[in-house]
Amino acid sequence: MTGRVHSIQSLGTVDGPGVRFVVFFQGCNLRCKCCHNPDTWDMAGGKEYTADEIVQKAVRFKEYFGREGGITLSGGEPLLQPEFAKEIFEKCRENGINTCLDTSGNVLNQKVKDLLEVTDRVLLDYKYTDDASYRENAGCGIDTVNAFLKYLQEKSIPVTLRQVIIPAVNDGEENVKRLKEVIKSHSCIDKTELLPFRKICAVKYESMGIPFPFGEMDVPSDALMDSLNALLKE
Amino acid sequence: MEHTNWNGFKAGKWQNEINVRDFIQTNYAEYTGDESFLEGATERTNALMAKVQELFAQERKNGGVLDIDTETVSSLTSYAPGYIDKDNELIFGMQTDSPLKRGVNPFGGIRMARQACAAYGYRLSDKVEDEFKFRTTHNDGVFRVYTEEMRKARKCHVITGLPDAYGRGRIIGDYRRVALYGVDRLIKQKQADKAKLGEADFTVESARQSEELFQQITFLGYLKEMAAMYGFDISEPAKNAKEAIQWTYFAYLGAIKEQNGAAMSLGRVSSFFDIYIERDIKNGTLDEKGAQELMDDFVIKLRIARHLRTPEYNELFGGDPMWITEAVGGMGNDGRTLVTKSSFRMLNTLYTLGSSPEPNLTVLWSTRLPEGFKRFCAKVSADTDSIQYENDDIMRPHHGDDYAIACCVSAMEIGKQMQFFGARCNLAKLLLIALNGGFDTTSGIHIGPQMPVMEGETLDYDAVKERFDIYVEWLSKLYVNTMNLIHYMHDKYAYEKTQMALHDTDVKRLMAFGVAGFSVVADSLSAFKFAKVQPIKDEMGYIVEFKTEGDFPKYGNDDDRVDLIARDVAHQVITELRKTPAYRNAEHTLSVLTITSNVMYGKNTGATPDGRKSGAPFAPGANPMHNREENGALASLNSVAKICYEDCRDGISNTFSITPDALGKTEDERTSNLVSILDGYFAKKAHHININVLNRETLIKAYENPEEYPNLTIRVSGYAVNFNKLSREQQREVISRTFHQSV
Repeated sequence: MTGRVHSIQSLGTVDGPGVRFVVFFQGCNLRCKCCHNPDTWDMAGGKEYTADEIVQKAVRFKEYFGREGGITLSGGEPLLQPEFAKEIFEKCRENGINTCLDTSGNVLNQKVKDLLEVTDRVLLDYKYTDDASYRENAGCGIDTVNAFLKYLQEKSIPVTLRQVIIPAVNDGEENVKRLKEVIKSHSCIDKTELLPFRKICAVKYESMGIPFPFGEMDVPSDALMDSLNALLKE
Repeated sequence: MEHTNWNGFKAGKWQNEINVRDFIQTNYAEYTGDESFLEGATERTNALMAKVQELFAQERKNGGVLDIDTETVSSLTSYAPGYIDKDNELIFGMQTDSPLKRGVNPFGGIRMARQACAAYGYRLSDKVEDEFKFRTTHNDGVFRVYTEEMRKARKCHVITGLPDAYGRGRIIGDYRRVALYGVDRLIKQKQADKAKLGEADFTVESARQSEELFQQITFLGYLKEMAAMYGFDISEPAKNAKEAIQWTYFAYLGAIKEQNGAAMSLGRVSSFFDIYIERDIKNGTLDEKGAQELMDDFVIKLRIARHLRTPEYNELFGGDPMWITEAVGGMGNDGRTLVTKSSFRMLNTLYTLGSSPEPNLTVLWSTRLPEGFKRFCAKVSADTDSIQYENDDIMRPHHGDDYAIACCVSAMEIGKQMQFFGARCNLAKLLLIALNGGFDTTSGIHIGPQMPVMEGETLDYDAVKERFDIYVEWLSKLYVNTMNLIHYMHDKYAYEKTQMALHDTDVKRLMAFGVAGFSVVADSLSAFKFAKVQPIKDEMGYIVEFKTEGDFPKYGNDDDRVDLIARDVAHQVITELRKTPAYRNAEHTLSVLTITSNVMYGKNTGATPDGRKSGAPFAPGANPMHNREENGALASLNSVAKICYEDCRDGISNTFSITPDALGKTEDERTSNLVSILDGYFAKKAHHININVLNRETLIKAYENPEEYPNLTIRVSGYAVNFNKLSREQQREVISRTFHQSV
């Protein structure tokens, strides 16, 4: 089957363990104010590929994956093309390639559940720790995300929990404490990454002629990130 | 044969014949651990290095050359001993009588020596001028015989950088032989070889070889004299690690006093030294600190080696390089790794002494190397940008397990193979000359087969390719003949006596050709094939520009449609070259390597159909053109990996720059990921890669404020340079190159 893909990065080292072949899916149902890939929103954009084409490309990089690496589907939101994603993962597994899904986790239906059957790891972008922030800054509620996480727990799928830290939005200690609660209650989460909010994507908004909602926000200092990370580890 | 200085070594074939490999295989201890045993620099080392740093600063201030001895012709015994700080040095010997002072070496050509002196405000003395008035130099010899066509090919830059006015280099003496056997034994062997030659009827070949042996024996004698000037008797084998390093260094020093070859590489000494170091440690006469100190002092000596060059030379080979290439690591034929603790000690000098372009540390990578060593290499790479990697798994089948790298990427079996270096031809220019029917629009020179300029509203791929083939055939023949002539004259007038004395008498010769503009030609041919290329002619009717419409696949994106064009071009060139026999039965080899000459080659080449503007730099070596990559770093590596080593046995150079962020979040991740990248790239049968882990911003800052970055080392095509020693133009080109960034 075919799906829409925004772009392909043959060397990904920050989206999952090891060296990864990253496929950025086209199309997203959220409109996060901090989004760094606004060019992936439009469901009709990007380029059409068959799952076989993607797998054939990924296989060419197998030698680089080592023990940990593999393929990562990111986006956009890969859960919006679950059958396409599933076919890619199935065929990657047939080729001995580790599969990793980078998602916001805000869709949970049978097709998504089928996709998770062939997923080795989920990078869950757990954007905020409360429903209000989600509704204010992402355009969805927290319930589906929590349900998604609960499902991952049931299926024992390893999760890397990720959160982008944005000053004056979620840089407080309370947020980290709530995050720790989430981690504590889900043994499937074996890794947590706090990522500093960055604004290098401003040029994308500019070239698209649309406003960058968080364009005026500060980026977190290294000191802030260090202290939050320390708090997380406590 | 026995020798007391060999006590403690395991007996073997090596005792009865000159066979360093057998000595290593019989006696070395592989090391599969990590770097935790290493020691840092001692106070002595730091103090000595501080003195050297001061000298480097002075040299920079003086415009790149600290001092020149214009009165003396460089040779093994022509200078009084020189020291940095005699009482605090461990390994002795200097090219001239003072550190960083350069000698003159007019054997390649007196004009070059004269111009080099003048470029730095010196005047070559009348004494030297007089001495060479009645002497034929290599350069004289070549120009006596160059044909009109050869001169034109040089003049229009379709073949450039030919070693016709300077030492050819790319020869690695087996300097270890002096340490293992002592000079007397080596002389004895050469005398026996010479006597044997005299037993048969003399031919031109055997008479020449006999005279060469005479010269080799004479220079082995000079080598002993040179060492004696420093108070050492090297006629006998070295008896401990310090002597082994000292004897080996003397042998190398003799070579660089005698010759000013473009790249005079060191070979593969670390694991050889390791045998002596481990013997001393076992005897209780050396500890780890002392072992590192010896390695450090040796490397300091290598870092201050210099040759006097002209500015034109620097334009080709930027950064004042010596290419004192030391091959580290690799695997043995028996499956043991050749990594020893001294492989680590050698790389550790980049920490104990700071990062540096020389010696040119080259890791022979195998996917089977011990994990601890792989990780240490990756870490040193990320920290210092001073290492290059070459694929041991594809070179070992050709060269065995005791080969080394000359210059950047040229593999040769140590003491058994030598190379006739041949610079490179400009394939992109050749394509333009072909389209214009034998006219070079940049120089206005008619050259090659004369035929009509290609006609048509758009140019058809098949017609272009047919035309290109005619010119590749023509140039290949001319190129081989030019090289044959140059190397005949080099053997005649500037023979490498010291280095060849450290080779077997029956040496196997390689003749190394090269191509530049590789990715430009691949993308241009792809444009002809997949897009519409419309030629634009000047008033004379020659094609000077192109209007290319439509998209076409570009080399560097793991797209077979163009990558196989690139692969086939390399295959075509070596196939054509092989049709013309090479001097002294040499085997033809080919490299895709430009050093920094990609800037100069580009400057002399008109606009190309791939969209490159007239005069714009080429990508270096086998690199894809800058900013044409759409799928990221590994796709670019896959493209380069498709070029066959079987076609390019003299090496395929690729320079890879990545920002730290793109390599991973933590140091540990970056190390692991770099190891994975190297394993993957070499499993794909790629040949070479330079690794730089740095931000483009750092380079821009160094470009703007050079004084704040005196020791910034980066890898460029096949070697490392101090960024500040590149020309402004070369610096800009390096900055503009593709940096792989995280998305």
